[in-house]
Amino acid sequence: MSFLLTATAATPAVGAVVTAAVPAGRRTAAKWTALVFSLATLVLAGTALGRFDPDGDRYQLTESHTWIKEFGVRYELGVDGIAVALISLTALLIPFVIAAGWNDADPPSSPAGGKTPAGAETTSRWRPTQGFFALILMVEAMVVMSFAATDVFLFYIFFEAMLIPMYFLIGGFGDRAGGHDEAEAAKQRSYAAVKFLLYNLLGGLVMLAAVVGLYAVTADQLGTGTFSLQEILAAREAGRLDISDNGEKALFLGFFFAFAIKAPLWPLHTWLPNAMGESTAPVAVLITAVVDKVGTFAMLRWCLQLFPEASDWATPVILVLAAISILYGALLAVGQRDIKRLIAYASISHFGFIILGIFAMTSQGQNGATLYMVNHGISTAALMLVAGFLISRRGSRLIADFGGVQKVAPVLAGTFLVGGLATLSLPGLAPFVSEFLVLVGTFSRYKALGVVATVGIVFGALYVLLLYQRTMTGPVKAEVEGMPDLKAREIAVVAPLIALLLFLGVYPKPVLNVIDPAVGHTLSDVNKTDPKPDIDLDAVHKQRKADHGAEGAEGGHAEAAGTEAAGTESGAETHGGDK
Amino acid sequence: MNPVNYLYLSALLFTIGAAGVLVRRNAIIVFMCVELMLNACNLAFVTFSRIHGNLDGQIIAFFTMVVAAAEVVVGLAIILMIFRVRHSASVDDANLMKL
Amino acid sequence: MENLIGVLVGAPLLGALILLVGGRALDRLGHWLGIVFATTSFAVGCVLFADMVGKDAEERALHDHLFSWVPVEGFQADVAFQLDQLSMTFVLLITGVGTLIHFYSVGYMEHDERRRRFFGYLNLFLAAMLVLVLADNYLLLYVGWEGVGLASYLLIGFWQHKPSAATAAKKAFLVNRVGDVGLSIAIMLMFTTFGTFAFSEVLPDAGSASEGQLTAIGLMLLLAACGKSAQVPLQSWLGDAMEGPTPVSALIHAATMVTAGVYLITRSGEIFNGAPAAQTAVVTVGAVTLVFGAIVGCAKDDIKKALAGSTMSQIGYMIMAAGLGPIGYVFAIMHLVTHGFFKAGLFLGAGSVMHGMNDEVDMRKYGGLRKYMPITFVTFGLGYLAIIGFPGLSGFFSKDKIIEAAFAKGGTEGWILGSVALLGAAITAFYMTRVMLLTFFGEKRWAGAPDPQTTPDVEPADGHPAVGAAPHPHESPLSMTVPMILLAFGSVFAGLLFTVNDTFLNWLEPVTHHEHGDSPISAGVVTGCTVTAMVVGVTIAWLMYGRSPVPAVAPRGSLLTRAARRDLLQDDFNHVAFVQTGSYLTRGLVYLDHKVVDGMANGTAAFIGGVSSRMRRLQNGYARSYAVSMFGGTAVLVAATLLMRAVA
Repeated sequence: MSFLLTATAATPAVGAVVTAAVPAGRRTAAKWTALVFSLATLVLAGTALGRFDPDGDRYQLTESHTWIKEFGVRYELGVDGIAVALISLTALLIPFVIAAGWNDADPPSSPAGGKTPAGAETTSRWRPTQGFFALILMVEAMVVMSFAATDVFLFYIFFEAMLIPMYFLIGGFGDRAGGHDEAEAAKQRSYAAVKFLLYNLLGGLVMLAAVVGLYAVTADQLGTGTFSLQEILAAREAGRLDISDNGEKALFLGFFFAFAIKAPLWPLHTWLPNAMGESTAPVAVLITAVVDKVGTFAMLRWCLQLFPEASDWATPVILVLAAISILYGALLAVGQRDIKRLIAYASISHFGFIILGIFAMTSQGQNGATLYMVNHGISTAALMLVAGFLISRRGSRLIADFGGVQKVAPVLAGTFLVGGLATLSLPGLAPFVSEFLVLVGTFSRYKALGVVATVGIVFGALYVLLLYQRTMTGPVKAEVEGMPDLKAREIAVVAPLIALLLFLGVYPKPVLNVIDPAVGHTLSDVNKTDPKPDIDLDAVHKQRKADHGAEGAEGGHAEAAGTEAAGTESGAETHGGDK
Repeated sequence: MNPVNYLYLSALLFTIGAAGVLVRRNAIIVFMCVELMLNACNLAFVTFSRIHGNLDGQIIAFFTMVVAAAEVVVGLAIILMIFRVRHSASVDDANLMKL
Repeated sequence: MENLIGVLVGAPLLGALILLVGGRALDRLGHWLGIVFATTSFAVGCVLFADMVGKDAEERALHDHLFSWVPVEGFQADVAFQLDQLSMTFVLLITGVGTLIHFYSVGYMEHDERRRRFFGYLNLFLAAMLVLVLADNYLLLYVGWEGVGLASYLLIGFWQHKPSAATAAKKAFLVNRVGDVGLSIAIMLMFTTFGTFAFSEVLPDAGSASEGQLTAIGLMLLLAACGKSAQVPLQSWLGDAMEGPTPVSALIHAATMVTAGVYLITRSGEIFNGAPAAQTAVVTVGAVTLVFGAIVGCAKDDIKKALAGSTMSQIGYMIMAAGLGPIGYVFAIMHLVTHGFFKAGLFLGAGSVMHGMNDEVDMRKYGGLRKYMPITFVTFGLGYLAIIGFPGLSGFFSKDKIIEAAFAKGGTEGWILGSVALLGAAITAFYMTRVMLLTFFGEKRWAGAPDPQTTPDVEPADGHPAVGAAPHPHESPLSMTVPMILLAFGSVFAGLLFTVNDTFLNWLEPVTHHEHGDSPISAGVVTGCTVTAMVVGVTIAWLMYGRSPVPAVAPRGSLLTRAARRDLLQDDFNHVAFVQTGSYLTRGLVYLDHKVVDGMANGTAAFIGGVSSRMRRLQNGYARSYAVSMFGGTAVLVAATLLMRAVA
């Protein structure tokens, strides 16, 4: 038994406490504390990834302790390839989030003769900076726990608890209003935070009912109730647990509802644009790249594994909703006037792809969906953080307030373009691989949906290029004149992300190697195999060899003709077989 | 004498008390009416104790008396405070707690 | 030898990376670095070519497997290159013309402060285009396919400060994306049909699929080709793409990238051979575009846009040839190569003219330039003779073969296609003569008082004298003229070289499996018709523009002329059909999202809030009213209990 997963989750939690305890005047110390703890978490997560053996057991690095004996609640952790990849992604992104938000939470002090002289600040008990970074680390700890938990109840606790720090991050910290009405901005912010909280609490509440229901079913059929994934799977395998059809459907819907809100799936998405629009860019990254991933991840781990038959039953509806999400999100992104809301709608479109891939129930689709989660995290982080730098320079989120930025800040524009190109899934950058896998996986089982989703890539190009054109190109606007280019800290944040996008676009194999076996397990849970290609090329080859032998030493052209004849024959055969 | 008659008396007293609580505005009177209702209950308890031939009802009656005494202490103190602050003993004037 | 293929692609890729990441430090050296990497690639291409020629025809194909790209259960995509005769042809064309244009750009972009970045993009383009033609499977081809799209986007929009350039770049990318959807779906169809999308697996056994499946794949590939090669109905981006610097127009939007569609169709020949319906679609698209582009080319006064129309039309020829099947593939590629030479030469010539004329693009403001720019005049003139198919020059051979093949298709279809091709040849002669006459002959229309108002969109490259100053036409520097001269050589001799002894045909034979069709009319007659068509076109153009002076302001013109000036209303159609509808749709959806989807959530919240605020009224603060509700509640409870007892 190892404590690696616990340590990975505990490190940021401890970091949060330590950061929060840093005295009010020591803002820089608080920032460095948070960064160091997040880097330590990254090291631990990297160790976990390194220790994970893709070809080994399904769940590795497991930990198991009794927690609340009376209710069968256990402290059970364990990761499969999917979870370990997502934990690594989370641990990877948090240092960037912290570095990008370095100055975002500083109290608005005007240096040299401002209203809050340095002395007054140090005596003040007001410590927004400490709070900001402590909350971020808290979210990280909870997200890691939700990825690692293999006990339903344990998962539920962290799934819900992460709402609390997120609520304060959204409601408490916003963009500098920059000449806009501060009171109005605060009002919008608190609206967004409350909306985020209510949506997700509603989902959590429905899920809680399903969690209790699951306990009741296991208690009923196994004698002692349990929340442990391993135990439930083992019991089902052994035939001791057989949830009734309707019961399974109800429980599935309870779980799925919560995850569909978190993910978010159309039409439960409207909290996301508000939340992402009103929060600072690093927090927006935290929402879409890290926290929302728990939703899609949970569909793979909990919905499919616990309720395979109900998942199959719900698939058609979910697929249609996912396809709607893809097109709807993209079209709405085209119509946005606010940079951050645009990225939020783009994310909704991307989450549509992820959910489509998960429920296409093919190995390409699910591999693609998982890889998509990782890639989307990185690409959105790159785009959103650069957008944040841009917004903080101008003090406005409105697209119309920009223009010609590339002339004054070419590096900023260049990185923004790369982030945008990743968002539109340009081949050569990481998201392309995952998006294509999702599309192929969907297409091989549902042709029409595959085509519809593919059309989404045109809209994807449209919103990204429109955004780039309106903000970066054209004549330089007066307000943009003199805008400084990216600073060293900002480049240090963006450059590794872009390098990673390039690397994973060209060589995604390391990630896929980790994911692929896990997806195989999940697919066998739901009793699905990939559809076979219409033509079995091996058979064709054999046939051709046979023909070739028969025809002997005839000339090249005749051979080609022979091949063709053989081909049509076997083609006819396959066709006949279909009927 | 038929013990049921005591129950009728108890019901009558309770009704008078309840009506007083609802109708009167003076806090002292309302308070006295509450006492009346409590005593009506006590009467009923004692009567039931007599009817059933065990002591449970009498014990509860003692309990009620103790509680009533305690209540009088706190209640009168509150009423006194309100009267000092607002120069009125009307219960309708003490409506600050509404939303 | 195989390992060199990686160098071929790697050199320009490395160049792009260094130039784009290197930053300002490389500003002074950047263009030379770019040239070094492009030349390296060309040199490696030549070495590989020499090696290939030394081998037997059947053993020439090289294969280089680099690494496994996307390994997923059942879905195996590799980064692997395949160099056969077809790819080799493209490699030489791309790196050769590409290197020449790198040199040309040194002079052309001399005064642009962002020249380093320009060369970075050019290198990126070379790398992507090489990936496109060297990929050994369709998914990797797709990477190159979108990669060239990206390079094209960056280069069209190179002068981003011009809103028109930024818009044109975006439009090009979007229209190409529509085509890319076709390629995506084609790859997915291949995957579901064959379980793979490697050339070596899909193509030899394409015949084993049903005709319906092949037709579906073929049509999707055609959609892709239409996007990239600016064929009807996805042609609208090419004209606007001329916003990019002229070397870009020459390299990407004339010689190489736009011909990728022809490559795709030729490469997928086995699929099209099994799908006659798809082939019919291909020839139809080709024939329509051939005429469409030619008509547009006739009406444009902007020299680059006239040439763009011409490019569209010439690629129409190639696509049509490719659609004819095995009788046409080789001629499609041959025309592609000769077109690469003469069209690149023409564009560079146009660039040279613009360079000397303060970036003026309106041909009506040129005239009589042959005395001022002799080298440009001669090289442009040779390109002109080549494109109109003057006997003996390269365009003559390649175009003639396509027209022959069109007739050889046989049946009514053959007659129609052949006649369309002949008509196209006549129109080509007409518009090219028009360009020639307007630019280099006649009186000097630029000498008079400059009128800045007629050229509002044209901004000079940085450092050029402002538009409006009277131009002083002058010959361009050596770095620009030398590439033009070399390309002119290609325009003159390539056709002859390819046709003698059927060199080109034999060279590509292992890939294209050429078949000779039965032409209903003899080759001699076809050649005669072609030459006649050309002469007719030239004569008409001379009658219209050579004899009489050309007005500096375009006359109103006939209905057709006015439509052709607006690209035969393609943009108007797109505007109404897609842009406006789309904007209504998005605006409607934004409204819907706000009012209905979000409205329902907010409505629920408001409902609950409303109910609570009504409930709140019960808390009126009167202790006695609370007491009433207590008594009432107790009474109800007691009554209910008694009632239940009574019922039970």
